[in-house]
Amino acid sequence: MFQELSLMPDLTVADNISIADPPRRFGLIDRKAQRERAEALLARIHCEDVDPRALVRDLSLSRRQMVEIAKALGKDPKLLILDEATSALTSRDVETVYSVLGELKQDGVGMLFISHRMHEVEALCDTLSVFRNGQHIETFAKGARSQNDIVKLMIGRDVSHQFPPKPVRTKPNTPHLVVDNLRWENALNGVSLSVGKGEIVGLGGLDGQGQKELLLALFGVLRGVDGKVGIGGADGLTGSPAEAKSGKNRIALVPEDRKTEGLMLPMSIADNLLAASFDRVSVGPFIDRSKEKQAVADAIKQLQIKINRPEDAVATLSGGNQQKVVIAKWLMTEPEIILLNDPTRGIDVGTKQELYRLMRELADQDRAILFYSTDYAELIGCCDRVAVMYDGRIVTEFSGAAITEEALVSAALNITVPISTSPGVPA
Amino acid sequence: MTTASTPRRESALVMSIRQNRGFYGALLLLAVLYIVYNFLHPKGFSTNVFIANTNESVALAFVAMAQAMTVIVGGLDLSVGSVMTLTSCIASELVRGEPWQIVFGCLVTVAAGTGFGLVNGVIIVYGRLQPIIATLATGAVAMGLALLIRPKPGGEVDLDLNWAATNSLRDLAETYHLFSDGEDAWFQPIAWVPVPLLIMIIVAAVIWVPFKRTVTGRTLYAIGSSEGAAFMSGLPINRARLWAFTLAGTFAGCAGLYLAIQTGSGNADIPQAGAYTLNSIAAVVLGGISLLGGVGTAIGALIGALILRVISFYFRILSIDPLMQSLVEGIVLLLAVSLGAVRTLRVKNRLELFR
Amino acid sequence: MATLNLPHLKSDDLPIVIAAGFILVILAAGTAYTLSTLGTAPLLTPNYLLTQLQTGAFLGIVACGMMTVILLGHIDLSIPWTMTAAAMMATTIGGPGAIPTGLAIGLIVGLVNGFGVAYLRIPSMIFTLGVDSVMRGLMVAHTGGFAPQDTATDLMRYLAAEKVLGVPVAVFVWAAISIVISAVLARTSFGKAIYATGNREAAAYLSGIRTRWIIVGAFVISGLCAASAGMLLAGYSNKAYQGMGNAYLLPAIAAVVIGGTSILGGRGRFIGTLVGVILIVLLNSVLSIAQMPEAGRQIIYGLVIIVMLLVYGRTTRVTS
Repeated sequence: MFQELSLMPDLTVADNISIADPPRRFGLIDRKAQRERAEALLARIHCEDVDPRALVRDLSLSRRQMVEIAKALGKDPKLLILDEATSALTSRDVETVYSVLGELKQDGVGMLFISHRMHEVEALCDTLSVFRNGQHIETFAKGARSQNDIVKLMIGRDVSHQFPPKPVRTKPNTPHLVVDNLRWENALNGVSLSVGKGEIVGLGGLDGQGQKELLLALFGVLRGVDGKVGIGGADGLTGSPAEAKSGKNRIALVPEDRKTEGLMLPMSIADNLLAASFDRVSVGPFIDRSKEKQAVADAIKQLQIKINRPEDAVATLSGGNQQKVVIAKWLMTEPEIILLNDPTRGIDVGTKQELYRLMRELADQDRAILFYSTDYAELIGCCDRVAVMYDGRIVTEFSGAAITEEALVSAALNITVPISTSPGVPA
Repeated sequence: MTTASTPRRESALVMSIRQNRGFYGALLLLAVLYIVYNFLHPKGFSTNVFIANTNESVALAFVAMAQAMTVIVGGLDLSVGSVMTLTSCIASELVRGEPWQIVFGCLVTVAAGTGFGLVNGVIIVYGRLQPIIATLATGAVAMGLALLIRPKPGGEVDLDLNWAATNSLRDLAETYHLFSDGEDAWFQPIAWVPVPLLIMIIVAAVIWVPFKRTVTGRTLYAIGSSEGAAFMSGLPINRARLWAFTLAGTFAGCAGLYLAIQTGSGNADIPQAGAYTLNSIAAVVLGGISLLGGVGTAIGALIGALILRVISFYFRILSIDPLMQSLVEGIVLLLAVSLGAVRTLRVKNRLELFR
Repeated sequence: MATLNLPHLKSDDLPIVIAAGFILVILAAGTAYTLSTLGTAPLLTPNYLLTQLQTGAFLGIVACGMMTVILLGHIDLSIPWTMTAAAMMATTIGGPGAIPTGLAIGLIVGLVNGFGVAYLRIPSMIFTLGVDSVMRGLMVAHTGGFAPQDTATDLMRYLAAEKVLGVPVAVFVWAAISIVISAVLARTSFGKAIYATGNREAAAYLSGIRTRWIIVGAFVISGLCAASAGMLLAGYSNKAYQGMGNAYLLPAIAAVVIGGTSILGGRGRFIGTLVGVILIVLLNSVLSIAQMPEAGRQIIYGLVIIVMLLVYGRTTRVTS
């Protein structure tokens, strides 16, 4: 049972549930038995509304996740690993899943439940383990620690020194990027936000609350965006990344997935660095070799990217250096607005620290930075302000000393009462 | 999408139509085209016209089904036309003489197609080559073998078989003295049925329908739909690919066999092989099979092939210059795929276009 | 299915080296054959080689265009009738307007193909196939199904069949187009954008590359190349005829792929396509010297492609 759905979209629900070992008669798949099996499994998780004959493609994300759970149950597991299994479920489904998991527990099935949602862990689990940055932090029985303590264990405290000092504000920045009531499909439900020159604004909240869509909308990727975007006082709603990066907009986006959206992995480091700014090193239609060389060398030096030769494929670099290539690519376009979509995911601590310093340097050069991260510590350490999103809206904004783990977590869960703000957490 | 508030289920047919719009659209188009054709034809709605029409459709229908196998797994087979030509040349050498020799010849012909498909599959799966380019090359080999067997058009196929396979059931019965030469009373209601139609239906029913319900058949769809998910679910990916190309060879072999029986000869005609290959791709698309894989059935490809054929029949009765045929075929194809493209204009997140 | 390649320059060059080596093998085998049967080595005479290059020029020009499209991970199946249509319209118009007319045909076909593939996002395999069919219908309608009576203009004949300093002019044309295309691919931002788009369209798009324009541009190049080749072929045979382009589609694809360009797009060097074209032309001519019947030619042709691809496959592909 995986967080990323392992269903075949073009097959029916019944097909998917029994994909590995379908009921057979005379060697052929018995569709009737298969459908009944699917119906029985779906009924067990109270999903009678899902038609076993429907295509998975036509189901909503929450229904798909329920089908996935049914598929996992169909294997009569002894150990069930649920990785963020409830992330897309409606609250009604979550309760159903709880009760099914409870039944399974009675039946002696072992379960490993991975979740970011505190109340789920509280409700379900007997023993809790906290992991942070790939390290096991602590394991304890349910009730041994308060919710507060768990949150602090998750965040850790020893990380603050990684971050460069924030400048002291004397006067509010003049807003450079102004977003007013931005709407798109169901993902953005009226986002209003402003980012000033020289400011790093963080986007917080649980995963999938519209943060990515907001960045993509600003970068001109989404079609049918409603609302106003002002850049430096002019209209800044663009129709394509090509428009977004050029002219007076000067936007850069470091995308979510560097392997598929940020880089052309088999191509050389030099070509990847120049991918957004070939026009800058060209004379007429032709690329000027010496300018090209110079620009590449400058970029590599500026970000201290560790490479053998610029001609090597970018795939040969480590994750951190790959991400540096993506960022260097965009710095070459001399952007004024930099959108970062979780740029530190999957890179080593050292490179992370370099990136934090770089972000602050860029802000000091008067650029406006909008920074989405799933890591609270980063938001706290890097940002001048943090806007927390929930369900396609910005629910709260914090600035300065008000940016604390507790405030961010409670805002992300859309809990109005802050958990607590007490300092003094064991490191 | 069904929701909790509406527990009432759609009927199976409604659901099937909604899930297979391409297929049912093709079926409707075929029905309309063919009915109108019969109204326009001076001898419309007669058995003779029906028999002649089905006769001309069988080979393309088989080749289209062959193509469907490989397209469903997300591949493409550019050798189907050549394999058909190769097997028709083999058939023109073997399908004659004593009855046992004829049966043996038919079996060898289809086996040759199957074997060639297997070779394609092995090269693609274990040689890890792109299907397009690998079958482009094996297609040339098949063509060469066909020319080796039959450097000049000719050969002869058993005449009785030719007559029996290309006419109505009554003629079949007469030829082989079955059912009192087709005079039995019970036989009369079905006596008019064209044999070529039966051949198409039987082969599709015997090979495709059961295959679709095996785990291997299911895996074809899983691979075409999402290879990653298929892999994660522990499905036999290599075996399914191998089967897809092998069965494509079988269908191409059936096409070659019928072509030889129908024309009574074999002809290693390179342009004809190319035309069949290209038409098979067109038929697959018309029949509601996604070129990206995972969607559609061999039956859809059969329907698509029939649509292409019916369009060509119009040229005759409307006394349009048959030379205009490719223009009309091309326009029909472009229109059909452009209709499907309306979807891309509705995509709201442009990143989804690249997946 | 995007396999992760771990390329350095080496892995891109290897197919080219192998293909070049194979050219030598073909030459050696052909010479050995002629020495044993005729006692001479015509294959090695400059004159013979130049004649081969002259006939190779048509395929070479087509392959130039095909390569730009394949680099994007697409394919252009409309080449045969683009060639024919350009040649027919050029000979019909005649006079000084002939060549511009032919090129205009190529431009239009390229724009239509590019629109269908880039904007409607129809698989290029099927869209270009439909366009090819439409072009064929239009040309058949244009000639009424008879062989056209128009002859090639003097300029077309000069470009295709004359010689300058003992070298066929067609070879110069091929060389000129090759230089232009290789410069475009290697030295312009358009060329770099083609590689980027072919590698990973999403990443190219998010880098602010106008990927749709790039795709249209590549198809236009392919259309123009096919039109040029068609007109040259008409000049060479002094007339345009039905189906004159049919024999060029598959060899062009084969030449590009043998030259090391990935059919999935994004990888491949222009010099490889050049080597691929020469390999196919020489293979054909050796087989015809050996009086190999068509059957044997087809078989050898297919086997050579498969064997060469299997050799590359072992070295350049890493399936995860």
